[in-house]
Amino acid sequence: MSDENKDLASQDTAAERRAAQPGRPAVEAKRVHKAFGDLHVLKGIDMKVMPGTVTVILGPSGSGKSTFLRLINQLETLTGGEIDVNGEMIGYKRLADGTLQTLNDKEVAAQRAKLGMVFQKFNLFPHMTALENVMEAPVHVKRMPKAQARELAAKELTRVGLGDRLDYYPSQLSGGQQQRVAIARALAMKPEIMLFDEPTSALDPELVGEVLGVMRQLADEGMTMIVVTHEIGFAKEVADQVVFMDGGVVVESGGPGIIDDPKEPRFKDFLQHVL
Amino acid sequence: MPHHVEPDGEGLPIPNRISAKPVRRTGSIVAAVVVAILAAMLVKGLVTNPRFEWNIVWKYLFNERVLEGVGYTLLLTVISMVVAIVLAVILAIMRKSVNPVLRGVSWFYIWFFRGTPVYTQLVFWGLFAVLIPRLSIGIPLTSVEFWSVDSQTVITAFNAAWIGLALNEAAYLAEIVRAGLEAVDPGQAEAAQALGMKRSMIMRRVILPQAMRIIIPPTGNETIGMLKTTSLVLAVPFTLELQYATNAIANRIYKPIPLLIVASIWYLLITSILMVIQSMLEKHFGKGFEARPVGTKGKQPPLPGKTEGEPKDDVDKTNEAAFLGYNA
Repeated sequence: MSDENKDLASQDTAAERRAAQPGRPAVEAKRVHKAFGDLHVLKGIDMKVMPGTVTVILGPSGSGKSTFLRLINQLETLTGGEIDVNGEMIGYKRLADGTLQTLNDKEVAAQRAKLGMVFQKFNLFPHMTALENVMEAPVHVKRMPKAQARELAAKELTRVGLGDRLDYYPSQLSGGQQQRVAIARALAMKPEIMLFDEPTSALDPELVGEVLGVMRQLADEGMTMIVVTHEIGFAKEVADQVVFMDGGVVVESGGPGIIDDPKEPRFKDFLQHVL
Repeated sequence: MPHHVEPDGEGLPIPNRISAKPVRRTGSIVAAVVVAILAAMLVKGLVTNPRFEWNIVWKYLFNERVLEGVGYTLLLTVISMVVAIVLAVILAIMRKSVNPVLRGVSWFYIWFFRGTPVYTQLVFWGLFAVLIPRLSIGIPLTSVEFWSVDSQTVITAFNAAWIGLALNEAAYLAEIVRAGLEAVDPGQAEAAQALGMKRSMIMRRVILPQAMRIIIPPTGNETIGMLKTTSLVLAVPFTLELQYATNAIANRIYKPIPLLIVASIWYLLITSILMVIQSMLEKHFGKGFEARPVGTKGKQPPLPGKTEGEPKDDVDKTNEAAFLGYNA
């Protein structure tokens, strides 16, 4: 995470975008419910994420935090409630008579393009090099000319400190490097919001730092981020908003200060176990 | 880096290098001798037994009819496999479709074509012109026709042969393709979706290329099987392929054995070539999946992007990442 990562001055930052749209949340969840069959995973989640801020979602496994993140990116469909991204309802549009119409494949893809997502298991395309992984969506989704996409991809990879690993296949990279490629791949689509689903949980302990470093750097640039993680230290240091979920509901939320001064017994209990 | 040990690192300065005699393996020496003797007996029998009539084998090996037969056998194999692979991919994708009608059609197709003998199907295609004398394009379920043609001119014996083989093969290959598609981690599709890729593009760019790795070995098997299944097209009847050609000569000159050998030599030769092609394809689609370059200096070409100057201490990290990479 050294000098390679500093050429960021020209980035169209989320902070600038926020200046253009004051007051409107980047992501707003309204009474969100999700059930898988009889399993009621989310039981009415309300959340507001302002542009340019970092929200860290904490909670024990099975609390529904990953599911919530996947709902924002429409990898799961809502059972109840509504999620708006930049004021636009996701997954559905409201017809003139007030009924909901499911969006088609193309409309969903367009909404997803505003969101970047990073997965616990990286999910890099193993048959493509790091560079090809990052180029893939700009070339095939945005129809960017290959030469331009190559340049962009090299820039994004350099930004995450992997300028010297462009032609490596994922299997030739360490877990931390793979996750940084995954971040670069998401960033290459110029998302307005980045979603991180336990990005360091599959990593060996000594590799966690390099990934958190890249995330911290993104936060400093003003990227709107929602991070599901168990890294309490990262939450304390980087988060603008901390949300503690358990049993499918938001138990406690507030500034990063709530980690040092939890009110709810369940949150206290959780913090005692992870710290 | 004391922990970095190559398994047989010649050229490395290892002070306490072990030099020990290998385990005695008397049993394997005995087994090798026995097998060698048996093999020698077999070869001697083949070469010296006059009833194999090697001079006739040699005389007919490059016979014009035989070479033509080789050509048609190859042509039938290639055409029917190409058509079958295209059909199989479509059937496999239909089978995984969200549309129940497409799923049903695919299921029915596979059920029907796997469930009846290929010989029967070939006879049926041979009789196609009798069953359906004219093919026409018009408005379905009405008598309006824009264009029509005699079935006999379209479904010639050759066309009936490859259509029959391809349709049958597609049913088997569809299951192979489906297994390949299902073996790809669902996280791959999710990552592609998250990047804004549409379903068809995800299939084409992300899922299929990875599924190919799993699909190719059994498809190679099927291709080699197809090479020999082409001999069944006499059911159509189509009579120019290798098996029929050699058989016809054998019947004419009353020498069945040498001509069976002629046919076998050609089948073996083509199979060998197909195996080479298969291994080339496996290498191509194995990109990014191949084994790590661990302590194999001079035994493996450097991996793409990996240069000789690769810092050594990175190798351990990459090794650890190997199995993670397979999940990714």
